[in-house]
Amino acid sequence: MRVYQFSEQAYFPTWNDHSGSLRVILPNRKCDPHVAADLFHRYYDEYQLCDELGLDIMLNEHHQTATCMSSSVVIGLAVLARATKKARLLVLGYPIGHRPDPLRVVEELSTIDVISRGRLDMGFIKGIPYEIPASNRNPTELMDRFWEAHDFIIKAMTTHDGTFNWEGEFFHYRQVNVWPRVWQEPHPPIWSTTGSSAQARVLGERGYVMATLGTGFGTRKLYDAYRKGYVSKFGKAPGADRFAYLGLVAVAHDKEEARKRGDLIAGYLRTSAIVHVPFRNPPGYVSVEDNARMLRGETPPRGFTKDGRAINIHATSVDDLIDAGILFCGTPDEVHAQIVEFCEHCGGMGNLLMMGQAGFLTHEQTVDNLTLFSREVLPRLKAYKQPDAEAAAKAVAA
Amino acid sequence: MTLIMRDGKKGQGMLQPAQSTAGTLVVEGTRIDMIERGAGRPLIFLHAENGIEPAAAAIDELAKSAHVFAPTHPGFGRSELPAGMRTVDDLSYFYLDLLDQLELRDVIAVGVSLGAWIAAEMAVKSTARMARLVMANAVGVKIGDRETRDIADIFALTDKEYLELVYCDPSAGQRDYKALPDAEVLAAARAREATARFAWNPYFHDPRLKSRLHRIRIPTLFLWGSHDRMLSEAYGRAYCAMIPGAGFEMIDRAGHFPHQEQPKVFAEHVLAFAGNE
Repeated sequence: MRVYQFSEQAYFPTWNDHSGSLRVILPNRKCDPHVAADLFHRYYDEYQLCDELGLDIMLNEHHQTATCMSSSVVIGLAVLARATKKARLLVLGYPIGHRPDPLRVVEELSTIDVISRGRLDMGFIKGIPYEIPASNRNPTELMDRFWEAHDFIIKAMTTHDGTFNWEGEFFHYRQVNVWPRVWQEPHPPIWSTTGSSAQARVLGERGYVMATLGTGFGTRKLYDAYRKGYVSKFGKAPGADRFAYLGLVAVAHDKEEARKRGDLIAGYLRTSAIVHVPFRNPPGYVSVEDNARMLRGETPPRGFTKDGRAINIHATSVDDLIDAGILFCGTPDEVHAQIVEFCEHCGGMGNLLMMGQAGFLTHEQTVDNLTLFSREVLPRLKAYKQPDAEAAAKAVAA
Repeated sequence: MTLIMRDGKKGQGMLQPAQSTAGTLVVEGTRIDMIERGAGRPLIFLHAENGIEPAAAAIDELAKSAHVFAPTHPGFGRSELPAGMRTVDDLSYFYLDLLDQLELRDVIAVGVSLGAWIAAEMAVKSTARMARLVMANAVGVKIGDRETRDIADIFALTDKEYLELVYCDPSAGQRDYKALPDAEVLAAARAREATARFAWNPYFHDPRLKSRLHRIRIPTLFLWGSHDRMLSEAYGRAYCAMIPGAGFEMIDRAGHFPHQEQPKVFAEHVLAFAGNE
């Protein structure tokens, strides 16, 4: 198993000082650039520590929000491509459907891949609903743009013998020939995220690494949809390395301290959905059928505990989050056991995206959390034998 | 009501009027719903972004003195949305094709809000089949400077704020989705999505339309619900002033959808203007 450390690089000093929305409309006067600078340097120090500890690194971006200061993921990648030596650098993700210019995306990512000497993992994502106001992209055509940008990026990264022409529905270029070309052949690994079975199947058919976020013990059905798509296309079962899961991780030698850290890291969940209501569901972001159900007030819960109890992951206890596989929390032994149990539930999961820092967790607590995890949990996870992939795929087919 | 099907070939005969029908029509391969009702001069009613259902009473009133054609726009209700149809410009060509197909002449074109924008985009291209144009609480142009929000950002409002903005009496727009039939709930969801498709960016306007409005040389009337707070009356009057000779009449106790809040008065204004040779 690989483990990628992830922090949203939050501007947490204003988390208790907002008027109902931490995103989109929270005035940036509440952001002190001097405080922001200290936080950025601290977060990059923590990422550099990961490199020394043998952890990989995940970065993301959000816009107009105190929950995540990284508004251009390429900046973080650029800092870390030079400042780290071993860690893989996963962008999860790059909202390519929002970008005006996918050629620029190729130039950026190719350069990062070269500077890092082939350590880039490219996660392409749709982006959460609250990103729409910042790009003003039409949400009804976002996925069509996403796939055209995706196709263009692959074509540009794999074309090496002169220019090519692209006159698509959304993007037009006549002389494409990107310098420098990517380090990894044919291109850096492609990742994506989803919460829907239909999209999971599509990702399976493409063989991309699929990550799910906060899906807890509802993850298996998404992985199984992926398995169906993968088997239909490749005629064999996808290995555990095709699956990734974002979980919160809080480790300490002392159970009480671990709970305390878990509670602080869960601040991410408690704040991530504090958004002015109209920005939560822009038209066309979900299907007409799903919107019709919402109009009727039917909104199915997304979080489930191991025993099938529905929970609201944005407002629940540390115990519930542990029961739901959202938070891995406790002593190193406990955390190891929880992660292994989750992998078994999933039928295999080869990439843990570990949120080992969030919100009010201090630098000292973060350093201890990451260090302890790396020394006492990571080696065991690296040695862990994943469930049999063929058996998991057969169970889906049956 | 009878369900009629037309096969969409150009020049196919029309049904005899004076009969109320709600059926489907195929225009250049795209099947849409259309209500046809009443007798008299042909009148095409182009609904607003809230769909065809809220226009039912206005259509009834208009059909008392006109032969009303009230299509459901592509992407709304049960009407198909052809691949690649993304703009009001596309919709305007679609409806010019529809007028050709039905071989209508001397049509009174009536639109509300988004529907009025479609009508204006049609009229700058061709008024060959139109005799009169009525634009109610019309969107479609940019009036103020780049930092002035002419048109309220309805996608940044709560449902309650939206209703208070667009209706004189907000209860007029309230719908109990739990009690409505599935088809109507789906239609409401489709209306929201289709509106975004056509009006997201640029927001509820076409930057090129303003410089083309002088081409509209048929008698034109602006109707304006007095309590519209999605658009200002000043916006309406400035828009009106760009169409040579266009008139401007207010409708009291109505907001952004005067046809819905004052269907009888709305129809009286339209029919008086239509009969005014």
